[in-house]
Amino acid sequence: MPEFLNILNLDAHYGDFQALYGITLHVDPGEVIAIIGANGAGKSTLMRSVSGLMKDGAEAIRFQGQKIGALRADQVAARGIALVPEGRQLFPSLSVEENLILGGQLGRKGPWSLKRIYDLFPILEERRHQPSTSLSGGQQQMVAIGRALMANPDLVMMDEISLGLAPVIIKQIYEALPGIVGQGMAAIIVEQDISKALSVSRRVYCLQEGRVSLEGASNSVSREEISRAYFGV
Amino acid sequence: MDWLNAIIQGTLLGGLYALFAAGLSLIFGVMRLVNIAHGDLIVLAAYLALSVVTATGIGPLWALVIVVPAMAVIGYVLQRGILNRVMGEDILPPLLVTFGLAVIIQNALLLGYSADPQKLDAGWLETASVKIGPFALGLLPLLTFAVAVVVVWGLQWMFYHTALGRAFRATSDKQDIAQLMGLNRAHVFGLAMAIALAVTAIAGVLLGIRTSFDPSIGGSRLIFGFEAVIIGGLGNLWGTLAGGVILGVAQAVGAKIDPGLQILAGHIVFLAILAIRPRGFFPRIDG
Repeated sequence: MPEFLNILNLDAHYGDFQALYGITLHVDPGEVIAIIGANGAGKSTLMRSVSGLMKDGAEAIRFQGQKIGALRADQVAARGIALVPEGRQLFPSLSVEENLILGGQLGRKGPWSLKRIYDLFPILEERRHQPSTSLSGGQQQMVAIGRALMANPDLVMMDEISLGLAPVIIKQIYEALPGIVGQGMAAIIVEQDISKALSVSRRVYCLQEGRVSLEGASNSVSREEISRAYFGV
Repeated sequence: MDWLNAIIQGTLLGGLYALFAAGLSLIFGVMRLVNIAHGDLIVLAAYLALSVVTATGIGPLWALVIVVPAMAVIGYVLQRGILNRVMGEDILPPLLVTFGLAVIIQNALLLGYSADPQKLDAGWLETASVKIGPFALGLLPLLTFAVAVVVVWGLQWMFYHTALGRAFRATSDKQDIAQLMGLNRAHVFGLAMAIALAVTAIAGVLLGIRTSFDPSIGGSRLIFGFEAVIIGGLGNLWGTLAGGVILGVAQAVGAKIDPGLQILAGHIVFLAILAIRPRGFFPRIDG
């Protein structure tokens, strides 16, 4: 198997507070993995580290054979890693379409274009000239996902895309996921909703207080193992 | 009729103030940087134009061909070389750095050009006027106002219809997330400062043609610029133009009442507006 994303012994700190302790994980090309864990387990910190928003793991993070831990976020993005950040984080000064265009401004080649995004989420085409923050939560999440896809990344990371959304919207977004990641794009799905996370992934990692507490195939880990890894009891 | 004339002259003067303010407004809008050195950068541009005019013998307006790109380069280098290093959550360090920069520019200009007042000589343009009804309007103030309108329109168009403008707005909204989209914040800030100082170059040359200048006058230009920005509302360039006009009219009308009142009248109107509408007349809605 060729090297894709390899994280080896990643520590991360906020000032004096250590958020990650020796995280080791990998993603294979085209693979979908899930990262689960309670609030404060370090999931978002891990996403921030990989995407270059935090600069802790200079030596620890390798992508497609190269160290990316010391790169700035824009350089990481240029190498093909896109993040759908927690809480959507759309640009309020930009319209829906401008948010999407900005996501694609690195000009990486690939299958995703404005048209493909609008095919995937038709509601966005109707709303494309509206300010992005005038949309409902679910629609905003669609924009955030579309914005990441517009970059045509090799790896897309989705941080808690179901957070704060109605169950029917979550279902709709997760039904769209296979159409997104089924085309050779690898994905890391970060979730608190365990069953959703397991249903779309091949392997799963559970974080607990900044450490990997469980690693396994999504279809074979048991509920007991997960609850032990999740809560540490 | 005299009063109407004062208002018209004040409006045209407001164009110059809007040009002082446009760069300030742009920098604050994109990166929340309050540039205390802005007035001194305007004066620096005027002196650069003076040097170009002296060295080549071309008219000061033609000197813009050199001064505008020169100031843009200075802006980019200044931002990437110095200001980016102190930008962060705390707005105080960059403020202090630009304050220091203001002192350095003033003293460097003193050293290089002495304290003697200088002027850019634009020949016939300075005295030419057009008669519109009972009013005689100076060609230079008319030109200045027209330039201000074009500059504000151009900046506004750039902001809302170009990829660069999109990058500016996105970076202004959320720096981290913009970086995730592949925008290098340091570069985007550099470009914003470059454009701001290009506008400053135009303001400096028009200032130098209109009045005499010496190295110490930057501070008051900064104040006029700030007042125009605040009156108009932060983050709105058309508002900045309106702010400049309000300030210019206040000064012209004040001067009509008593010549000694000119500057004071502007400040009083500014304070009154600040008291009544602290966010200015046209604040950015999503701000």
